[in-house]
Amino acid sequence: MSAGVTTHGLAFDAGGNRRVGPLDLDLPATGITVLMGPNGAGKSLLLRLLHGLITPTAGQIKISTDRQAMVFQKPVMLRRSVAENLIFVLKRRHPRAEVEGRCRNILREIDLEARAGQPARALSGGEQQRLALARALATEPELLFLDEPTASLDPASTLAIEATVMRAAAEGTKVVLVTHDTGQARRVAGDVVFLHKGMVCEHSLAADFFDSPVSEQARAYLDGRIVL
Amino acid sequence: MTSHAKAGYDRAVQDFTDAFRLAFGLVISLDADLVEIVSLSLRVSLIAVFIACLIGLPLGARLAVARFRGRGAVLVVVNALMGLPPVVVGLLVYLHLSRSGPLGSFGLLYTPTAMIIAQTILIAPIITALSRQIIEDLHEEYAEQFRSLGLTRSETTRALLRDGRRALVTVALAGFGRAIAEVGAVIIVGGNIDHLTRVMTTAIALETSKGDLPLALALGLILLVLALAVNALAMTLRRPDA
Repeated sequence: MSAGVTTHGLAFDAGGNRRVGPLDLDLPATGITVLMGPNGAGKSLLLRLLHGLITPTAGQIKISTDRQAMVFQKPVMLRRSVAENLIFVLKRRHPRAEVEGRCRNILREIDLEARAGQPARALSGGEQQRLALARALATEPELLFLDEPTASLDPASTLAIEATVMRAAAEGTKVVLVTHDTGQARRVAGDVVFLHKGMVCEHSLAADFFDSPVSEQARAYLDGRIVL
Repeated sequence: MTSHAKAGYDRAVQDFTDAFRLAFGLVISLDADLVEIVSLSLRVSLIAVFIACLIGLPLGARLAVARFRGRGAVLVVVNALMGLPPVVVGLLVYLHLSRSGPLGSFGLLYTPTAMIIAQTILIAPIITALSRQIIEDLHEEYAEQFRSLGLTRSETTRALLRDGRRALVTVALAGFGRAIAEVGAVIIVGGNIDHLTRVMTTAIALETSKGDLPLALALGLILLVLALAVNALAMTLRRPDA
């Protein structure tokens, strides 16, 4: 299972302004790619373009699989119980007889079995995000997009999400993750794409990026200086 | 207060007192005529609401989700239809159902079915327009998630209707409120025939024209209590947000 992502001249304009691109990207077919960059760099926009939620103004995106899923910064919880949020996606992929058992297994894995019947919206932020990630993974994606999934979570919840993401990546799911958290990027990234003002400043292996960033913008970002 | 005005005031108070006493007496004794009128009112209005929901909820949801040329014009028309004058609807239904009308052969004029048709036409646009707004707001919240999951339009519509069910109960209640309180259309197509098409509102209109204000007020009070009871029942049926 692998999912290569390449773009050629990918660009997106809004209100007469170029927001992203033109971008020529070639992401590895496996592992975790982290998109980093200051606010307004176009990371989330790029993620939405790659996932097909937004139509690009120009350029092409080539992705070798249709089996994609995305987890948003603010998890979207259906107005249903915790279990029903999972069943909603499970029943689209599996025979009815298997759905309940699979749901129970997933809830046990994410430690929400005891809250299966409760409204999903009553969960804490961390629990909601765990559920959103589990729901995305329940679609058995070959390519998983994550838009700052731990942005407002405590360290324990963040680590729980990271562990799940790394496990999914180890099992073959290609992951593209947007984060501002440099520590998180160091922990999970295989390669890093650094964006600034809608353009790619550099794309390198994580070790190279953190040890010796090439661009001045990336150096300033990693040093905690303001990137303008 | 002049003596003339005071006499009028005293009469009104007496009417209300009589009305309460009469209403209470009619309800306690389960007066056969009253039960028949109330039952027919509820039957006609609830069936009309049910049919209007069958039409209006999917249509509202589809309008909320779909994007097509002329959508804005369709929304304007649907919203405008919420204010359909009942007597005009009654007249149009009358013309269609009368012997010389296109549907005259069915013999539906002056039957409860004709009243249901008229009420359905009146409240279907209300159900459609209000549900469209509710579903559209919900869709804004869910849209990216649903597109990410690759849901078809039909799956999206069904999921939105299910998740918007609490607010949609209120929409159905708004429709019921309009239906049960409606008089103009049902009196034209129903004819207010005793033991056949007489409902509470038409009975109130009749008793008022006859000058029997206590009975009219008594029926009015029962109508109000019924509306309250149906709303209270709907509130208890609404499960907590899941």
